[in-house]
Parts: sequence; structure tokens; C-alpha cells
Amino acid sequence: MEVVREDIIIIGGGMAGLRAAIAAAEHNSTLSVALVSKLYPLRSHSVAAEGGTGAVLDPKDSYDLHAFDTVKGSDYLADQDAVEKFVRIVPEQIYTTDHWGCPWSRNADGMISQRDFGGMSFPRATFAADKTGFHVMQTLFSRCQKYDRIHFYNEFFVTSLIVDGGSFNALTAIHMKTGELTVFQGKSLIFAAGGAGRLYKFSTYSHSVTGDGDAIAFRAGLPLKDMEFVQFHPTGMIPSGILITEAARSEGGYLVNGEGKRFMQNYAPTRLEKAPRDIVSRAMMWEIEAGRGVKGKYGDVVYINLDLRHIADLLEERLPMITDIAKKFNDIDAATEMIPVRPATHYTMGGISVGINTETEIGGIFGAGENVAISIHGANRLGSNSTNECLAFGNVAGIMAADWASSHSIPALNLEKVKSEERNIWDNLLKREGGENPWDIADNLQEMMDSYVGVFRTEQGLLSALKGIRDIEARYKNISISDKSSKFNIDLTHAIEIGFMIDLADTIIRGAINRKESRGSHFRKDFPERDDVNFLKHTVARFSADGTRFEYTPVVITKWKPAPRVY
Amino acid sequence: METRSKSLLGDKMEKEAYEFSILRTDAGGKQQYASYRVPKDRISTVLEGLQYIERNIDRSLTVRYSCRMEICGSCGMEINGKPRMACSTIVSKLHTDRLKIEPLKHYRVVRDLVVDMEPFFEKYKEGLPFIIRDDDGVYDSELKQTPEEFKEYEKYSMCIKCGLCLAACPIVGTDADYIGPAALAGVLRYNLDSRDRGKKYRLDIINGEEGTSRCHFIGECTEACPKDVDPSFAIQLLRVQGLKHEISRIFRRGD
Repeated sequence: MEVVREDIIIIGGGMAGLRAAIAAAEHNSTLSVALVSKLYPLRSHSVAAEGGTGAVLDPKDSYDLHAFDTVKGSDYLADQDAVEKFVRIVPEQIYTTDHWGCPWSRNADGMISQRDFGGMSFPRATFAADKTGFHVMQTLFSRCQKYDRIHFYNEFFVTSLIVDGGSFNALTAIHMKTGELTVFQGKSLIFAAGGAGRLYKFSTYSHSVTGDGDAIAFRAGLPLKDMEFVQFHPTGMIPSGILITEAARSEGGYLVNGEGKRFMQNYAPTRLEKAPRDIVSRAMMWEIEAGRGVKGKYGDVVYINLDLRHIADLLEERLPMITDIAKKFNDIDAATEMIPVRPATHYTMGGISVGINTETEIGGIFGAGENVAISIHGANRLGSNSTNECLAFGNVAGIMAADWASSHSIPALNLEKVKSEERNIWDNLLKREGGENPWDIADNLQEMMDSYVGVFRTEQGLLSALKGIRDIEARYKNISISDKSSKFNIDLTHAIEIGFMIDLADTIIRGAINRKESRGSHFRKDFPERDDVNFLKHTVARFSADGTRFEYTPVVITKWKPAPRVY
Repeated sequence: METRSKSLLGDKMEKEAYEFSILRTDAGGKQQYASYRVPKDRISTVLEGLQYIERNIDRSLTVRYSCRMEICGSCGMEINGKPRMACSTIVSKLHTDRLKIEPLKHYRVVRDLVVDMEPFFEKYKEGLPFIIRDDDGVYDSELKQTPEEFKEYEKYSMCIKCGLCLAACPIVGTDADYIGPAALAGVLRYNLDSRDRGKKYRLDIINGEEGTSRCHFIGECTEACPKDVDPSFAIQLLRVQGLKHEISRIFRRGD
């Protein structure tokens, strides 16, 4: 066992984690930062973000307008104090990353260009063609190279958070290359480990997004907020689920059903294809359920067509990546053929509950990005409101963690808990020989989530999913790990990830059962209306030995009283 | 919807299965080829084939993957003798049912298809791949950069750090200290950015013995690059920049 001690520990090397690392290093030049990730940072899912990042840059735009769009998009579940802070701290991040080399797309005059996005009432999405996440990540990773005090711990798979006496004690991790258990201790900790989208089968997410950060925090006692809100992006390409950016529609693309007709006028008469994602995804599913989907060369899968043929001249400059993706993976020429799409899991609105300065309930532990619910997205995140969140609140978390670290010390290691985790991995999990293939369990879990906890939900479906989870939990106890070696054992780490996924699925399903209304991404066919009297409140799930406890906390409303959400 | 479905592979093997012959390296370093049959109707890409094997046949098969859309750079490997990304290699387009899969050349193998990427990122860092300016602080506007100025370095900004170019480069194979095509393309990317002021520092570094002068312009890196970054051309441009830099330095010294 190796023990690593650094001033600040960050779990996750995606956009929020890298931004936090730079902020901490620049805020206090005496501190060291450990960036711990199960991947190399540039393999993080942030690189797959495509369309844009919202920021108020144009004098004709306003903070209030961006905030209102975000609040309305959230179906009034966002905390408005957090949203008001968010919109004000984003623009500086755009300019900062510009100075660091991000190739934001420009107008002819050399100034940053902005485009329209779903549910935004002003064209405020800054973008780098349709590779926004990729370019921002390259920029942040580059900037990190300047600082020898940022230490990358690549391919360290974090298994648990140890909390002792109410404060951060350590992280335990498996060093993939050696198989050795490594303990990370620091004065402060930042969770930036991303979302949980691979709980579902048809998903835009990278395979690695398994909710580790949420599950690790939850098991250690940090509550998760609003987990039942899972975003389904309208345009996951059939059959892989690879994302076709929302920018394809904001640049003018149409959605077309099996009768060859556009249909969004029946669901969002003003915004049409540029309505928020929850509304567009539901519209597509209603069309499919009404028998107006497309049946084609993708087996039994019924889908909707995305038509970009009339904007063919824009593809090379504004949408080069998705044009390339359609060609490379589906052999489709987007200029002359339509792209088959279906709603796919895309974002986890829920996460570790944090305050507006990214602080968790435990002193010295902070969090940013998709890993947390701060909560600016409430029941539905608007497109172009995630990468900006990673930048803005990643920066805040880095500064907060640095300030904490400069006035605190590293606690004595709780060796007993480390030993217990060590036994849990090597004696309990690795030696398991129950005969169940963990991948079969993951398959069942994902298919169940797709079927019962997707765009449409019902009491009956959710209850059968809950029953399914109990069955899956029992089977998980009987898995076999067939690879017994310690070095780079992905059979073992996948099994740990599946354990995380099961815990999170339980909080999502039970949160969804309790919420007998429809709000944002959570649509109950048996309760199709929003119910502000009973459910204008956050769901807070807290781990306990005798089962998860659910609490409810009020939504912070500053300026915008809940109103009907029409687009 | 992805690689698995309920049915198991039946008897009708030959015509309906691909043969994946994989060079396996165990934790102790012992190497041998192992062969797996992957049903054609269950996969489209090489990565899906590997996932099929990992999930259904041999769970000890060790491979990196993440985004499966050729943007994260995880799954580089030798496929039928050429460095490629497993996720974006469509098996049917290889025009053979027999696939030979090996770890990337010129890297130390950790296990199976997983190679040690640390040297790659260390080399990348050597070239100071970040904007160098002297106005660090809080900014309230962007720096002007016209679309034409962006076009100057656009191609070189597309590098996904997959490392295929180092596996393709014959010089890297004989000289492990050569900084290599990815790092050099990274240097040019920042040297050509109108917002940057650090060109001279980078040229001082890559004008050295293990820099651009090592390259023989064979062009294998450019052929291997999945993102059309064209490192070979980048190195030619860098040589010109480097030469100009040397000349101006000599003249400065003569002052």
C-alpha cells in the first residue's frame, strides 16, 4: 500500500477537474494538487461535448435573460441564487480560456461568434465548431502543463472516500498499472468525476461514465440531490448512441417522422426543433408511440430522421464533426441523406448536493460539474449549460479548496478503514466465485433503466424496476471475477463500477416513484402535470445502513415565480 | 442495442464469424497469440469485437476504451499491421475476416493491448504546448483572431493524443529519445497561434538533437493520424521556423 499526500486532491480529470486544478494552482502558488483519474484526463467524457457553451457576451443580451432561460428550462426546480451567480461568472471563463488558446469560433471581425441553442432566448452559445468540449479540454490540459505543482495520477481507479470524525480523511484507489492500493490524503478534496449516464444502454456517454463520484460520495454519507432527473438528448445516432449535436437543429436541421413530416409544431409551436431537450425527446417518443416512427435498416429499432440536407452548405464549417461521424460510423452523407436518431441518455441533473460556493456538507470537500447538483439545472438542463458550468464552478471549487488547504492540515490516516476497504476489494470482491457474469447484470440493469426509467415513466413500470434492482443486487453478490491478477484488472474495476451503478439506479428509481408529478425530464404518464403545491422541492437521498432515506428541501426562488412552461 | 443480444453463436461459424487473433501479454510479460471468433452480425467496429470477447468469451482481455467516437484517443492499437483506433475501424471495411490485433508498437506493453502512455505525455509536455503570454490575470474581453488566422493552426489543433503517430514512426522505433511527431505538431499548433508569444522558447527546445532534425520525412505519421493532423508537414514547417530562428539568433549575437 502506498500513501500519497498532497495539499489538494481532485477526483476526475474532465473539464471541471482540470479547471479546478488550474484555479487552485494559480490561486496559491505554494500548494500542490493531485489530479486523480481512472483515465488519462483527455480520455474524459468532456472531450465529447459538441455544440456550445452559453455566456452573456453581447451587450444586447443580459444576465437576467440567461438566468430566466435557465430557470424556465429547469421547470423551476433550479435554485435561483445559484443560477444568478452562474450566469455572472461564466463570461470571464470564456475570455480566460480564449487567452489560454481555446479556438472559439469567430466572426469575420475576429471576435467570438455565438449561436442559438434549445430553450435559449438569445444566441449566446459560444462554440468551437462542433468540438467545443474537445477544444476546451485541450486548452485546459495544455494550461496544466505550465504548472509542475499539478501532479497527474493517471489511471488510478478510486474505490472509496473515507470520512473520519466528520471530515475528509482519504481516498482509496487502485493504481491500474501496478494493481497496488494507493491512498490519497489531502487538506481538501474536490469531486469532479462526472455523471452517471451508463446506467442506461442507449446513451451518448463514453463507456467510462458510470457514476463513480456520485456513488463514492453517497456511500460515505454525502447526500445526492434530484437523482430522478436524467436528461435524454433527442438525437443519439442509431445504433451506437453517438451524439449528434443539438447545434444541428439550432443551425436549422429538421426532425422528420415516418410519414416524412416535421412534427415539432404540434409540441412546441414557437421554438419547434429548438425547444429544450426534454420537450423534443418527448415529442419524438409520442410520434414513435403513435406509430409515426421510421422503420428502416436498423432492425426492430423505430426512430426519427434528422434532416440536414437543406443546410448542407453549413456542414463543413459549423458541423464538421457530426458530418464526419455520420460518414465514418453509419456511412451516411449528411448533405444528401437523413441521420437516424432516437432520444439517448445524455446528462445527470442530479448529483452530490452542494451549496452555491461548491461546498458539500463536509468541511473541506467541494464539488463541481456534472458530479454535483448545485443546482442550476433543476429538472432539465438546457443545451450549452454544462461546459460553462464546469468552467465557472470548477474555478470556484479550485479557489475554495485552495483557501481551505491553506488553513488546514492533513489528518492522521484512518488505517482501520483503509484496511477494511483493502479487504473488501482483494478478499471479498476479487475472490468472488458465484458464477454470475457482471456484464450480464449490467446489461439487465441498463435494459431495465431504458424500459422503465426513461423518457416516459409510470408507477407500475417504476415499481417493477425497483423489484428488478433488488434482484440485481442479489445477483451482484454472486458474481465471479474471472481475472485474478492484480495488474490492470479491468474485470475487477468494471465489477466495482457496476456496484456503483446499482446503488445509483436505486436512488433514481425511488426518487422517481416518490415524485408523483411531471417536471422537466421526469415525465410520469400517470401524473402528467407539474404539481407545484406538493413537489416544488428538491429530492435529497441519504445513505443509511437500513436503506436510503429521502428528505425534501425547498427550492430557492429569487426573481422568477413558477409559471407555465410553454415554448 | 450495442454489442450483445440474447442469441448465442450457433454452429454456422466460418462464414458468419470474424477471427480475432490477439497478441496477449500477461501480467508477467509472457506473450502469445490467442484466437477468438466473433459473430459478424453482432459487431460493426473492431472495438465492439473486442468488447464482445471481453464480455462473452474471456473477461481477462485487457483493453482501454472510452468514448467509442474517435475523440478521446484511448483505443489505439495495431490492426492488421497498422496503427488504428479500434472504435472507428469498421471491420467490414478491412476486407478480410481475419484480424490480427497487437498492442501499439514502440510503447512498453503493460498488459494485452494496454501500453504505457506516460512517455508519450512526457514528450508532449517537453515542447511547451500551451499559450505563452505575459498578461496573466482576469480578462474582460477576447483576443482578436480572424477566421483566417485560425485556419493557420486549425489542422494541428485537432490532435487527440492517441499516440498512433509514434507507433507509426520508424525513427521513434530506433531512437526512444526523439520527441516525436505528436509533440512537434503540438509545438507548431501553438507557434502558429496569433495569440501566442512563446515561439522562440519552443524553437530553442525542438531545434535540438532530438527535435525536428531527427525526422526523415517518411510520412508514416501522417498516414496513421486518424484526425488528419499531418504531423509530417508540421515538422517541415517547423524546420523552416527553426532555421529562421537560428539565423536571427546568430545575427542578434553579432550585434
